[in-house]
Amino acid sequence: MNKRSSWSLPYLIFMIIFVVLPLILVLIYAFQDAQGHFTLENITRFFSDADALSTFALSLEIAILNTLICLLLGYPAAWILANKKYNRSAVTVVLFILPMWINALMRTLATAELFNVFGVTLGKGTLLFGMAYDYLPFMIYPIYNILSRMDPSYAEAAEDLGATPWKVFWKVTVPLSLPGVISGVMMVFMPTVSTFAISEFLTNNKIKLFGTIIQENINSSMWNYGAALALIMLIIIGITTLFSNDRKSVEGGLI
Amino acid sequence: MAASDKIIQIRHLSKTLGNKKVLDDITIDVRRGEFVTFLGPSGCGKTTTLRLIAGFLAPDEGKILFEGKNISDIPPYKRPFNTVFQRYALFPHLDVYDNIAFGLKLQKIPREEINKRVRRVLKMVGMTDYEERDVDSLSGGQQQRVAIARALINQPKVLLLDEPLAALDLKMRKDMQIELKEMHKKLGITFIYVTHDQEEALILSDTVVVMNEGKIQQIGTPTDIYNEPENCFVADFIGESNILNGKMFSDRKVGFIYHDFDCIDEGFGENIPVDVVVRPEDIYIMKNTEGAQFTGVVQSCVFQGVHYKMFVETDTGYELMVQDYNAFEVGTTVGLVIRPEDIQVMHKERTRNTFEGEMVDETHVRFLDGEFECPRQPGLEKGQKVKVEVDFDKVDLYDHQEEGTLSGFVYFMIYKGNHYHITVLTDEGYHIWVDTNDVWDKGDLVGINFSAKHIKITPLQ
Repeated sequence: MNKRSSWSLPYLIFMIIFVVLPLILVLIYAFQDAQGHFTLENITRFFSDADALSTFALSLEIAILNTLICLLLGYPAAWILANKKYNRSAVTVVLFILPMWINALMRTLATAELFNVFGVTLGKGTLLFGMAYDYLPFMIYPIYNILSRMDPSYAEAAEDLGATPWKVFWKVTVPLSLPGVISGVMMVFMPTVSTFAISEFLTNNKIKLFGTIIQENINSSMWNYGAALALIMLIIIGITTLFSNDRKSVEGGLI
Repeated sequence: MAASDKIIQIRHLSKTLGNKKVLDDITIDVRRGEFVTFLGPSGCGKTTTLRLIAGFLAPDEGKILFEGKNISDIPPYKRPFNTVFQRYALFPHLDVYDNIAFGLKLQKIPREEINKRVRRVLKMVGMTDYEERDVDSLSGGQQQRVAIARALINQPKVLLLDEPLAALDLKMRKDMQIELKEMHKKLGITFIYVTHDQEEALILSDTVVVMNEGKIQQIGTPTDIYNEPENCFVADFIGESNILNGKMFSDRKVGFIYHDFDCIDEGFGENIPVDVVVRPEDIYIMKNTEGAQFTGVVQSCVFQGVHYKMFVETDTGYELMVQDYNAFEVGTTVGLVIRPEDIQVMHKERTRNTFEGEMVDETHVRFLDGEFECPRQPGLEKGQKVKVEVDFDKVDLYDHQEEGTLSGFVYFMIYKGNHYHITVLTDEGYHIWVDTNDVWDKGDLVGINFSAKHIKITPLQ
């Protein structure tokens, strides 16, 4: 043990108190009944609860849709921002990233108010709009990052070997930017699958997401069932991170 | 027919990048099957020329003809050229096989045919059985071979190579030079090569194009370039040389280092200032001072592997670099001889600084974006356009940029036996040439001034 390892102590304590302990608590609560006895009932209840299952499916659907929308809007935006032919100023990049600096809740409330002013009926459409608006920068930034640092000679080499600009894009630019895309997808998918605030404000609670159910259970002191649902969500998110880890190099990501 | 012999014709090519003119009126022909090398220091425009040929850049002026047809507007993917990039630019997401097959797959060539050709080209670059390897797992030399294979498999009419060996270590570079030369011989493809390494250029090329500051300095065979440099830049850049101020008295008579020599050059006229180049191996050095053209004292002597490199101070105070297989002790007086055919006489590009200026009043003139005091010019009005001349040795240089009216940096310098001839590039982009005994280094920041009495003014009509 060298001396410097003691420097990590504060972080270790922080991690234990705010990450490890809560996780253990979730785990314990999930497998206990209200009296504190061990049970699997919370888990089985979820799988037999048609309401919870359909909410869960809806949450996944919304999260996947939102990730797709962000990717379809974000990739071209990132590509244009990273392309010196179209964009030479760092200001435009900041303008795209700027919304990240403002609290998501405030942005969502403002969006809801805008819908209200223009008389748009709240529903799935407004929910997806708000989510895309909230999470788009998280998709753009990691992709922009990797595209702007990509050695232009790769594209030149492809063109030199006979690839049209379209082929260069699909055969070189896109594959080389995949680490950024994966980062972006994670950054968007993970929070959207667990969100509840956005759907609350942007659909007036008409659409319930998985996060909403967890929140409702916890709020009404159904700690054990809530913890079980949280655990299931954690596992789902855990599985999606596994997908990204088998890429050999995740460089140029957001974090 | 002569015209079909030329595969590429470059005509009056100019290119400005940012606000720097990187190429200025380049004209050159490349013959079919030739190995042409663009040689010059960094920033001389050689890579820009290559990128214009490849099509990554479009010319501002001029055109490039391929087999007689203008290809300036044809995108790179339609040009029958392939490039080996300086840092190889192998696709990191593809293995060796897919990298090499990239061009063929785009052409929708049948799989068996691709397999056959990949195997053949891998064998040629000595990389058999490397198909499945990740390009990141290859050494620099191996990546280089894959990059060459990837370019050659498309059977280009012209292979463009952008400093392909710059990233390799010396031993590997030497080996690859030989292999490239053999490949060129075997394939018969036209090679256009870019390098800053003069030795590499001389070894590889049929024709060397020496470039500096966006202009072609000389085009010739390696022997021509070495033995008959056309100007001081070429003489200094290629090999080692003694560059000296001289005067052509008449045909076949030249004077330098305060001695008269016979030479073989004619047609310069009488009493014309010239630059003289003598290679260090062309100065004969001997113990015996009788029969020598001039004498000198050995100042230093260093063994260089095959020969000794000596600096000799001549009886007239010049310092000459001399190479010989025998060592001469420091301090000995030696006799020296230079044969007429070893003296290379060159026209001077200029004999003094000449600028265009404008009178501010009778005693002030404006040139090089600065205002200077000058001798009184009676009768010259404000705004009168004038020619301003300053001798090379009358320019004042200062260590601190603030001390001069103008500021700039030492851009280029050559030693002329008893003084330095320096090119200063001012912040405004003008050149000033200075003769000085002070030692400056390339890149030194300098302040520049001209004293009034050394400014010579002639009104322009």
